Amino acid sequence: MGDGMAGAEPMTGSIVRISGPTVVAQGLDGVALNEVVRVGHDGLLGEVIRIRGGQATLQVYEETAGLMLGEPVEATGEPLGVELGPGLLGQVVDGIERPLEALAARSGDFIVRGVVHPALDRQRRWRFVPRVDPGDQLEGGAVVGVVQETASVVHRILVPPGMSGRVRQVTPGEATVTDPIVVFEDGRTLSMLQRWPVRQRRPFLRRLTPERPFLTGQRVLDVFFPIAAGGTAIIPGGFGTGKTVLEQTLAKFAAADVIVYVGCGERGNEMTDVLAEFPRLKDPRTGAPLMDRTVLVVNTSNMPVAAREASIYTGITLAEYFRDMSYQVALMVDSTSRWAEALREISARLSEMPGEEGYPTYLATRLGQFYERGGRVVPLSGDGEGAVTVTGAVSPPGGDFSEPVTQASLRVAGALWALTTDLAHRRHFPAIDWTQSFTLYADRLAAWFEREVSEEWAALRQEAMRLLERERELQEIVQLVGLEAVQDQERIVLEAARLLREGFLRQNAFHDVDAACLPAKALAMLRTILHFARRAAASIEAGAPLRAILAAGLDERLLRLGEVPAERMDAAGAALVAEIDDTLARVKGH
Amino acid sequence: MELVTRLARSATAIAGPLLFVEGVRAARLGEMVWIRLGASQRRRGQVIELSETHAVIQVLEDTQGIRPARAEVAFTGRVATLPVARQMLGRTFNGIGEPLDGLPPVIPEAVLSITGSAINIVRRERPSEFIETGVSAIDGLNTLVRGQKLPIFSGAGLPAHALAAQIVRAARVRTGEPFAVVFAAIGIPFREADYYLHAFEGSGAQERTVVFLNLADDPTIERLMTPRCALTTAEFLAFTHGMHVLVVLTDMTNYCEALREVALAREEIPGRRGYPGYMYTDLASLYERAGRIRGRAGSVTQLPILSMPDDDITHPIPDLTGYITEGQIVLSRALEQKRLFPPIDVLPSLSRLMNLGIGAERTREDHRAVADQLYACYARGRDVRRMVAIVGEAGLGDEERAFLAFADRFETEFIAQGDERRSIEETLAIGWRLLGAFPSEALTRIGRALIERYRPQGDNDGTGALHADGAARHPGAPAGGAEGGRAAPKQA
Repeated sequence: MGDGMAGAEPMTGSIVRISGPTVVAQGLDGVALNEVVRVGHDGLLGEVIRIRGGQATLQVYEETAGLMLGEPVEATGEPLGVELGPGLLGQVVDGIERPLEALAARSGDFIVRGVVHPALDRQRRWRFVPRVDPGDQLEGGAVVGVVQETASVVHRILVPPGMSGRVRQVTPGEATVTDPIVVFEDGRTLSMLQRWPVRQRRPFLRRLTPERPFLTGQRVLDVFFPIAAGGTAIIPGGFGTGKTVLEQTLAKFAAADVIVYVGCGERGNEMTDVLAEFPRLKDPRTGAPLMDRTVLVVNTSNMPVAAREASIYTGITLAEYFRDMSYQVALMVDSTSRWAEALREISARLSEMPGEEGYPTYLATRLGQFYERGGRVVPLSGDGEGAVTVTGAVSPPGGDFSEPVTQASLRVAGALWALTTDLAHRRHFPAIDWTQSFTLYADRLAAWFEREVSEEWAALRQEAMRLLERERELQEIVQLVGLEAVQDQERIVLEAARLLREGFLRQNAFHDVDAACLPAKALAMLRTILHFARRAAASIEAGAPLRAILAAGLDERLLRLGEVPAERMDAAGAALVAEIDDTLARVKGH
Repeated sequence: MELVTRLARSATAIAGPLLFVEGVRAARLGEMVWIRLGASQRRRGQVIELSETHAVIQVLEDTQGIRPARAEVAFTGRVATLPVARQMLGRTFNGIGEPLDGLPPVIPEAVLSITGSAINIVRRERPSEFIETGVSAIDGLNTLVRGQKLPIFSGAGLPAHALAAQIVRAARVRTGEPFAVVFAAIGIPFREADYYLHAFEGSGAQERTVVFLNLADDPTIERLMTPRCALTTAEFLAFTHGMHVLVVLTDMTNYCEALREVALAREEIPGRRGYPGYMYTDLASLYERAGRIRGRAGSVTQLPILSMPDDDITHPIPDLTGYITEGQIVLSRALEQKRLFPPIDVLPSLSRLMNLGIGAERTREDHRAVADQLYACYARGRDVRRMVAIVGEAGLGDEERAFLAFADRFETEFIAQGDERRSIEETLAIGWRLLGAFPSEALTRIGRALIERYRPQGDNDGTGALHADGAARHPGAPAGGAEGGRAAPKQA
């Protein structure tokens, strides 16, 4: 729609109604739905969300206090879009992709209204290395060349989807994002900067079956509830259960080429934390600073609510763009509930008939459309594959999962990583409830784990899950009759399950070694703990006293396995297995 | 006196706190107005919605006796602002910032919009300075840092006021840096406000305190302005004058009720329990006004207090608050009934910024590990206690008895401290003393090196002679470490 408007006088209307972030304007005939507008004398950014009878309803992305009736509204002819190109990585942008560093340089410590600043630096020069030659016929999505954007990521410059042509000229070397780097035979030019409307998914060649895991570095997730690269997981939990810490841990340690982290309606200090830590922390795979592979989209809870609604679309569009370069991308959204609340607030201002708990009736549809933009695909370039894996935090009121956002998310998500208050209160983190959580990817991923990690994968996982299940049954009995009344055979099950919970499921996000765990190490730990479970049970069968087994001091060693570095794990595991056999044999001898 | 630019005599309707005025063209959203009722009376209002047919005005004071037909609405041309100055220290104002102490208005250094603006997160400084409150349950387990927002979840009859006053007193004395308290009373009874004022006076903090008072019998809608005035003042003192400001907002439950009253009067679609769907956003616009800014000396630390209706932590007010703030201190009726002060239930309590404020250079290297271990043991002890209610103590094993005994001692010796003020070293020493009930191998949340360095010697084997040794062997251990050593023989 932008092309048709080119050269025309910008269309101007005037404000006839103001209610919070929602403004109604008259005289914008011919404006399109989702078109961006500038509102009032300050030029506040807004988007058209309804057109009815000559009046356009706008959601305004900035604070509306001080606006007056009659102030002008100018249409821009463009839908809400983002800039794409080199310079995104390491950036912090708000929900409508305004670069926060640049805003701070312009207007100081607080965010002021009406400031527009392009996301990508127009002055910065990048070294463009072409991959095409004059005479080449290019289609949308083709890679025309590369830029080494950060130490760890090569930015592939793509022909925008929908564009094609034969190359007349290519210009290698230093260029800004707006300099022409490729000229087509028909005279059109291509620069490194592109735009894409955020509410529209970026096209790809075809979808692929999810069959490789998205490794998170968290034992409880990778072993018990793994998701596929290109899959989706939701993380609901009441306040204080560790949603944000978990999302940030994923952003640090997950195996991905690019991370897009959306702080949607959450705390400012938490994002400051990320900003302070990520440049210092090393990407475990490349050794480069984590910030080099990260884009942060931040709309804290006190920033305008309409921009919060847009922020998740900004985030997923950036993720899709890197996916189209054949990268493995992970998108974290913290929290989707704040997005849903923004949707609800805007819906209420439109006087729409509310659905459950005041949320609009199209909540589930919108959530579904959003999560479906994730996936593993062959990009338009036909070159390899890319994936967008989405993990969305959900903040259910009162920690009650029956509320609409959790329920609507559950219908589309491939995995549920449920966080519980009970575990969080015991300081068992990640506080993932193993009875409530599930994954729909386990069967598909089993082949990968058996091939790449160990043939025992499925069997050990099963055995561990059975042990936890058995513990839950026994706990119910213990609650009724007391521990003393339980047989030693059962008490050793409880003890083994405790070791599994505290030594394996629990993982210390603040311990240098334990914070991230590769699947091979996780499996070695599991093997050792389950070995103890089996051998100890056998010793009890053979008449060894429970007290002697508990006093043998093996538990402390088992509980500290997480602190053993990955490269020493196999040796440490084997040594401990030998020690278990030895110790239990002696106990039996008594 | 502000310049009155426009007058309207076209008010047509009044509903609860809202006044509807027709045919107003030249008004701004958020603009302040005066509603004149005859010659001598006037009330304050604020424009909250504008359309071609009418403007909606939220009346900040009582609407009783307003006759729309006779009311004259004067538009001031400015959004809600507050004149601020360093001079405000030691003064008392009403809920919208007018002097209540009989002294003349302050000479403003600046006039600021009370709505405030979001701090650009790239300019935020990571809060990391430990505030020693002197309360073990907070310092030891839920550490407060400068720039944090840490609410107290209270309930009817629970002593949140006494705890808050104790924190204010303690936070004042630690360093020689410029310090101020901004206190906002939001719809609380005189009795409670009076308690705070006396407490500030008694501690000598009075001349460092700015007070905004909206008492229970003051206009309800004014409560929407009170915390904003307080935070605007706090930000000014912190970021212009470089002070460390502690803001006490009490009681946020009254604020939320005022918010609900306006929302329902506007016939908005109510959310949970009738509170508006945007209450999260609205509360965030207050709570997020805490923090530090890079390159500026001061800080704004918030200590909001709220009453959980019927002690229900899932009620929308504590629930939404907990989602925004950086943790919460939860008071427990069960501990209060045992006459333990402060009655802090540490299991649901949390400080999200704790890790930033503790550790070797800030408090002590064993702080995190000791806190984790105390949590784990206490949680286990509480489980056992619940079990005892069903099966009786006879069914317990030795290990369970140990945890049960630990939970009792933890409550009476660690949590409860009355008026006593404890240094962080004293707090940690008590923690180690209580953990002495367990063998070293059982302390799996604490690294071996830390156990060797800090565990009071002889705790588990009854030989008291090693105590002095234990303290002397660690030159790093501050004086408080000796306290723990001395205290240990009591139980040996």
